[in-house]
Amino acid sequence: MFIRHDFIERSAFLLLVLTLVTIAIGGIVEVVPLFTIETTVEHVKGVRPYSPLEQRGRDIYVREGCYVCHSQQIRALRDEVERYGHFSLAAESMYDHPFQWGSKRIGPDLARVGGKYSNDWHYAHLIDPRSVVPESLMPRYAFLAETPVESDDIAARLRALRMVGVPYTDNEIANAVADLAAQSNPTADATDLLKRYPKAVTVLGNGHVVTELDALVAYLQVLGTMVDFADPAEERLQQ
Amino acid sequence: MAEPLYNEAVVKKCIIAAVFWAVVAFLVGVWLATELAWPQFNLGLSFINFGRLRPVHTSAAIFAFGGSALLGTSFHVVQRTCRARLFGGDALADFVFWGYQFFIVMAALSYVMGFSQSQEYAEPEWHLDLWLTIVWVAYAVVFVGTLMKREEPHIYVANWFYLAFILTIAVLHIGNNLAVPISVFSAKSYSVASGVQNAMIQWWYGHNAVGFFLTAGFLGMMYYFIPKAANRPIYSYRLSVVHFWSLVFMYIWAGPHHLHWTALPDWTQTLGMVFSIMLWMPSWGGMINGLMTLSGAWDKLRTDPGLRFSVTAVGFYGMSTFEGPVMSIRDVNALSHYTDWTIGHVHSGALGWVAFISFGAIYYLVPVLWKRSGLYSHRLASWHYWIATLGIVFYITSMWVAGIMQGLMWRAYDAFGFLQYSFAESVLAVHPYYVIRMLGGLMFLTGALLMVYNLIQTVRSRSTEPVFALPGALAVAGE
Repeated sequence: MFIRHDFIERSAFLLLVLTLVTIAIGGIVEVVPLFTIETTVEHVKGVRPYSPLEQRGRDIYVREGCYVCHSQQIRALRDEVERYGHFSLAAESMYDHPFQWGSKRIGPDLARVGGKYSNDWHYAHLIDPRSVVPESLMPRYAFLAETPVESDDIAARLRALRMVGVPYTDNEIANAVADLAAQSNPTADATDLLKRYPKAVTVLGNGHVVTELDALVAYLQVLGTMVDFADPAEERLQQ
Repeated sequence: MAEPLYNEAVVKKCIIAAVFWAVVAFLVGVWLATELAWPQFNLGLSFINFGRLRPVHTSAAIFAFGGSALLGTSFHVVQRTCRARLFGGDALADFVFWGYQFFIVMAALSYVMGFSQSQEYAEPEWHLDLWLTIVWVAYAVVFVGTLMKREEPHIYVANWFYLAFILTIAVLHIGNNLAVPISVFSAKSYSVASGVQNAMIQWWYGHNAVGFFLTAGFLGMMYYFIPKAANRPIYSYRLSVVHFWSLVFMYIWAGPHHLHWTALPDWTQTLGMVFSIMLWMPSWGGMINGLMTLSGAWDKLRTDPGLRFSVTAVGFYGMSTFEGPVMSIRDVNALSHYTDWTIGHVHSGALGWVAFISFGAIYYLVPVLWKRSGLYSHRLASWHYWIATLGIVFYITSMWVAGIMQGLMWRAYDAFGFLQYSFAESVLAVHPYYVIRMLGGLMFLTGALLMVYNLIQTVRSRSTEPVFALPGALAVAGE
């Protein structure tokens, strides 16, 4: 043998150390620079942390495993851009813990589903997908409409997100419960909410209790809407 | 076979668990395929909705079935090839077994109850991740400790692969599951990384769950059970050395091919693609080493159904590890990604390679461990082989057609330059292939049930008829 492999395979310790070194290299080279190279995430205006109700909706999206059928990543390919909209920017998911880019499209991409359909459409679709899309394979999520959204721990959720790098302010955390209520009540004054979370879409609610379905719709309605693609200079989109 | 030397009780438990979880994984898979063919089968029940049940299937297949098979065979192989009883005593080995089974059950329950990190193949929440870390460290201690106290001067090649599998999975598991819980009493946590970095770390993890859990570990299985069943030494020692080191070095780079054309920077995508293509060579090095071991012993395929599974597995391994590099080419990936082609590719690996190499090892091990002269029925094992093989063919061909059709429909333009098909039309178009896939899965499940019956009868029977020749005293596979 060109190297005395004999020597390595007689020592469990040596085999262990060399294996660890060998597997460490690729991971380090590919992962570490993504945290250090500044251009990895574009500097675009508009991307903000999720509002409390949107974040609760996102937690439900994560809990239900929506990512197994829906991607949230429009690739830089002509047909995808025409079908779904501008290709996804890294900046648009920079507050996504965890990311939900997905790997399979049993259903369509959702990266820019926000604003594409009305709230009413989303409620109808989530309760019974085949009532609006006969070909759909999606399960029914009617049970979300009957489950009140847990909001007691919303401040704890935002605090945990702040610990992992989402820039929630003390003010936003202090007002989390109020913002959650305001976004699920069309008659409430949404001025403060929209100041903190521009473009937040107020959802219907059933009048007396905020459901998980309300939260999920609020989340879906903000997806892909934060960056105004008519506005930013093209060079800002360079990675 | 110096009986009291080895802890075979824990190996037996692992094999029983592997067979049990195999049936669970295939059953849930068939159910999910049915939900995709006819969505009414979701029944509107939250806990069996596709989104919650799919991780049960993948975890049951990879971690429960595959993991139990790996635990069992690695314990068996490391003892036999080191001529040493498991390090740490029977209690530690039992802790690894029961601790791992507890993890699996809790993970499956947590998914259906609505706890998931929604990171593919790493769905369990933080408290279960911590538990698995403890169990895995114990596993590493047992395995490495046994290597340390071996009576043989050399560490046999199968153990290199098992060792690489155990170490790398530990690194990946910890690296990908760093998260902050919202409180110590809550199961919910948020991953430390976000967006593009989270994506890269996830697919560094995800692809190497394939590379080290589903490949390196099962190559360890190949390197022991094929030489044993064929009663031949490994074809090439030199090829083992070259393909081991190149495989473990290159696999870890391949993750970004899951993120082609996305917001991941181009340089990372290109690195991932280049290493994925290069990976073809070490993969086929392993395949050649496995297949050529049969030189001069090919006739055994006629008489040994277990070996037939093992060899077919190596064939599927060769096919999948050719298909994978092709799909990692960015322009092929533009078509194949997000489609059912990927699902077909995964299953040619999971059913053809992982499950078949495990079936081969299990058919070999059960008579050895339970001290039976041979399998209860070769005929049933042959039926299992042919039903399962045909099931795989149904599965992967239907997914090829469905996947390529989806890819082509999504990018098709009409005469006026508009997108020709709506997304819903592509959903409707694949329906027949989803039905064929479900039937393929049903066949694979049927084959596994035949195996269960065959193994139970093998254990129950005290037949002395030597239908299954145990390997003689010839020193092969490092023993």
